[in-house]
Amino acid sequence: MTRAGLREPAAVKALLILAALAYVAAMLLLPLGAVLYEAFLRGMGAWWAAIRDPDAKASIWLTLVVAAVSVPLNTMFGLAAAWAIAKFDFRGKTALITLIEIPFSVSPVVSGLVFVLIFGAQGWFGPWLDRHDVHIIFALPGLILATVFVTFPFVARQLIPLMASQGRSDEEAALTLGASGWQTFWRITLPNIRFGLLYGVLLCNARAMGEFGAVSVVSGHIRGETNTMPLQVEALYNDYDFVAAFAVASLLALLALVTLTLKSALEWRYRGALSARH
Amino acid sequence: MSRAFPRRSSRLPGFGLSLGITILWLSLIVLIPLSAVFLKSGSDGWHSFSSAAFSSRALAAYRLSFGAAAMAAAINCVFGLLVAWVLVRYDFAGRRLLSALIDLPFALPTAVAGIALTALYADTGIIGRIVEPAGLPIAYRPAGVVVALTFIGLPFVVRTVEPVLADASSEVEEAALTLGATRIQTFSRVILPSIGPALATGFALAFARGAGEYGSVIFIAGNVPFKSEIAPLLIVTQLEEYNYAGAAAIACVMLLISFALLLLLNMLQHWQQRRGG
Repeated sequence: MTRAGLREPAAVKALLILAALAYVAAMLLLPLGAVLYEAFLRGMGAWWAAIRDPDAKASIWLTLVVAAVSVPLNTMFGLAAAWAIAKFDFRGKTALITLIEIPFSVSPVVSGLVFVLIFGAQGWFGPWLDRHDVHIIFALPGLILATVFVTFPFVARQLIPLMASQGRSDEEAALTLGASGWQTFWRITLPNIRFGLLYGVLLCNARAMGEFGAVSVVSGHIRGETNTMPLQVEALYNDYDFVAAFAVASLLALLALVTLTLKSALEWRYRGALSARH
Repeated sequence: MSRAFPRRSSRLPGFGLSLGITILWLSLIVLIPLSAVFLKSGSDGWHSFSSAAFSSRALAAYRLSFGAAAMAAAINCVFGLLVAWVLVRYDFAGRRLLSALIDLPFALPTAVAGIALTALYADTGIIGRIVEPAGLPIAYRPAGVVVALTFIGLPFVVRTVEPVLADASSEVEEAALTLGATRIQTFSRVILPSIGPALATGFALAFARGAGEYGSVIFIAGNVPFKSEIAPLLIVTQLEEYNYAGAAAIACVMLLISFALLLLLNMLQHWQQRRGG
């Protein structure tokens, strides 16, 4: 790496570094700064008042609930999928991986729409649900379904290449020595993949808490009831209550910064334990 | 289940259970819900499908969504390559910070990015104040869509190109230089072809994400039908009018295009792997 770096003249190198830094500062750092600037424009007091607003507090709580249900569900799915795909050989494996990654290439709005088509007032089960007074769309179950859909591949995608690269000899040794299947999973596989799992859960959680398009379609935008934090940001922004909108947004920006910090820390310390490549 | 998929030489338990959970969960959450889009969009017959999916307003929305996504992905190919190049080949103070920052668009909720970009590029924002008097207004028009999608797409290109650029053989590059090629020639004839597939993959990933993007775009776009209305927003508008079949028809077109892209991506990755050896 350094040998290659020496080849360019120092001036060219400095120019390229400066250009990259300037571009990233203008494109990425500036928007992040704008969130914090706008959030604290009227001082700490106004920021704190906006956070303590009952609707804002309800949106924070709802966001936590949605993530607390969706992330464990997709973590369990990710573990099951990675076990089947990485530890066994079967026909159709590549197709299965492609199917698992579909949610990444679907527009968030379409991700929400699918559940409206099924459970909405004019959807497949809409009339039946209505008769039995069950609320899915414009209620918590819809928010959870949409969030599970958009965060579906995160854990599986992280674990499949990692577990495939680790092979199955550790597990086979444990089984030969008399461990049961579950014992092998808890004592051998899980410790082997713990950092990769943490990494996948981290990214899954960030997306679950920050999702906008998919939950926007199924939420119904009832303040204090079905607005998650990103939806509350939109509602406040559309009211021209910019300080409050950016105050709630600053919490989400903080979540993003914490996620990035943890993610980078994991990458630097446990690069070998995270991915199959290095 | 295990009989349908013959397995080979693995003595580990739990194949049936784990594959069963995988297929059940995948069907319940992804496959069956997605099939609803296709079934619903066709439920009123071809005529009503095509009048919703190919109305002039819908066509204008596809043009904006896919056009702006292509433009943003192209911009990201240039600057993403620059950033990846600097990250891979040079050591400098702040390199790790720069690398961590690249993933900000993945981590920052799209609605937050949307209002932040609008605050910057609107006529009162620090960028808007400069570009608007200069006759280059960005916010509340298609240019704003391109800006938002450029923000969203950068990490896709950087993260795809980075490992390939790091692996690109320095011997070949050295040989080219020793044989008298100029630096520009070495770059365009040796390095660029070897990272070409990765760059194309990054472009496709950024493009696919951008075409469906909603949260970061709607605040800065202006959302005027026929002018600055993106396709996902049109789906939302149809839903708000309780026109489920119309919304499903537009979603159907978007899904088919993104599946075609997914297929293309798989082929690109195949190409990349063959090149990488």
